[in-house]
Amino acid sequence: MGANSRNSVRVVLESSDISRALSRIAHEILENNKGSKDLIILGIPSRGVPLAKRVAEKINEIENTHVGFGSLDITMFRDDLRLRPPRALAHTEIPETGIDHKIVVLVDDVLFSGRTIRAALDALNELGRPKMVQVAVLVDRGHRELPIRADYVGKNLPTSLTENVQVVLKDLDGQEDQVTISVGDK
Amino acid sequence: MNKHLISAADLTTEDAILVLDTARELAQISDRPMKKLPTLRGRTVVNLFFEDSTRTRISFEAAAKRLSADVINFSAKGSSVSKGESLKDTAQTLHAMGADAVVIRHASSGAPELLATKNWIDAVVINAGDGTHEHPTQALLDCYTIRKHLKNNDGNLAGLKIAIVGDILHSRVARSNAILLKTLGATPIMVAPPTLLPVGIENWPGEFSYNLEDVLSEIDGIIMLRVQQERMNAAYFPTAREYSRNYGLTSNRLAKMKPTALVMHPGPMNRGMEITAEVADSKNSVIVEQVANGVIVRMAVMYLLLGGSGEMGENK
Repeated sequence: MGANSRNSVRVVLESSDISRALSRIAHEILENNKGSKDLIILGIPSRGVPLAKRVAEKINEIENTHVGFGSLDITMFRDDLRLRPPRALAHTEIPETGIDHKIVVLVDDVLFSGRTIRAALDALNELGRPKMVQVAVLVDRGHRELPIRADYVGKNLPTSLTENVQVVLKDLDGQEDQVTISVGDK
Repeated sequence: MNKHLISAADLTTEDAILVLDTARELAQISDRPMKKLPTLRGRTVVNLFFEDSTRTRISFEAAAKRLSADVINFSAKGSSVSKGESLKDTAQTLHAMGADAVVIRHASSGAPELLATKNWIDAVVINAGDGTHEHPTQALLDCYTIRKHLKNNDGNLAGLKIAIVGDILHSRVARSNAILLKTLGATPIMVAPPTLLPVGIENWPGEFSYNLEDVLSEIDGIIMLRVQQERMNAAYFPTAREYSRNYGLTSNRLAKMKPTALVMHPGPMNRGMEITAEVADSKNSVIVEQVANGVIVRMAVMYLLLGGSGEMGENK
């Protein structure tokens, strides 16, 4: 958003690439779990939610089913709460079936330090006891700070710490889907 | 958002909506089997109550505990305050104990302000009612309740008219509500006999009236204030019965209000005095729900004041 003109902005995934990556992830989820039984796709706000929705829709198309879908706000479980100003909360919505004995697939846009996923695991813990938790991300940019990995990755993107990865989604940003890398001071 | 919450006037429209939106998300937690969040783990909240108040204190206590804060209850009775300790010494004691937030209820108007501004203590101060001054979290929970029922739990309260009836002169609830309703775009209407309206009521936000019957048909909600026993003998009105006849909310009066109008009361109620039992138990009454909303609104306030560091919005 409003990237400085001096910074070089490089598009790494275009709309069609994103769509194909999500299709592949949907197939992989089904293959790994031998179908859509007991599956719940949970997006992590904000950008994880529309991505989770698209993955769920693709799964529904492939299997002709109605897979569980929701959102999981992790704000209250972050480990950096005290280091920053308080943030507004996002919406948590869990399918009525609950998450007990289900296979929960957490969906986020970018996997970076792994701290968001750690917070999400804590948040899930408050809601019940899933049979299994898996992680799907559109982009894995590396630089993990915790022993966490993704089960499904749209694209592995080796980055340096000075680079910013920006995911733009039609549903949230009103612009064509894309993933960009820019070199910024921030 | 300010560091402290002393007055409803500390909140801008954006702040107030942020508190209500945060409360809306936190409301889900009350429906879960596990009603606890780790957010304020390791933080200490002191409930400093110089005046008796069971419901406000337990509401703050429940809110702090659901956010995993450690809660220390301090009531003036049986403490060194009854031995003559000053507010300053009490504050410094709490500071030495490492309090991160002080929820204060005091019979003297201005006590929370003093605590917040005097540098006696480096903690967030939340006003839980001071004298006849303000009670901002009560106003927040009233506005939350109104917004939930009449505005689909979203945005501001534009276009709504809310009557506040009773002892406006001595009521901190009325003052905070008048300010916050105005901030959120609603019109507060103060209704009371002339003896129970403060001097300068014409400068308050909103409107005022001496006659309850006049406003019934136009309001979207009504907040009935408790008539305090000690005022009944102080010649503010001739007799309790006369007050009740002119300003009590009865089924007849409820019937003249909009069918969707909300009946609210900060509690504790004098059934048969300012509100009849039928009205208090009617389908328009949200009095019991107000108690539940009080906990989540106070959770939202504590999260926003204590949950992070630095000013809200600094990082947007």
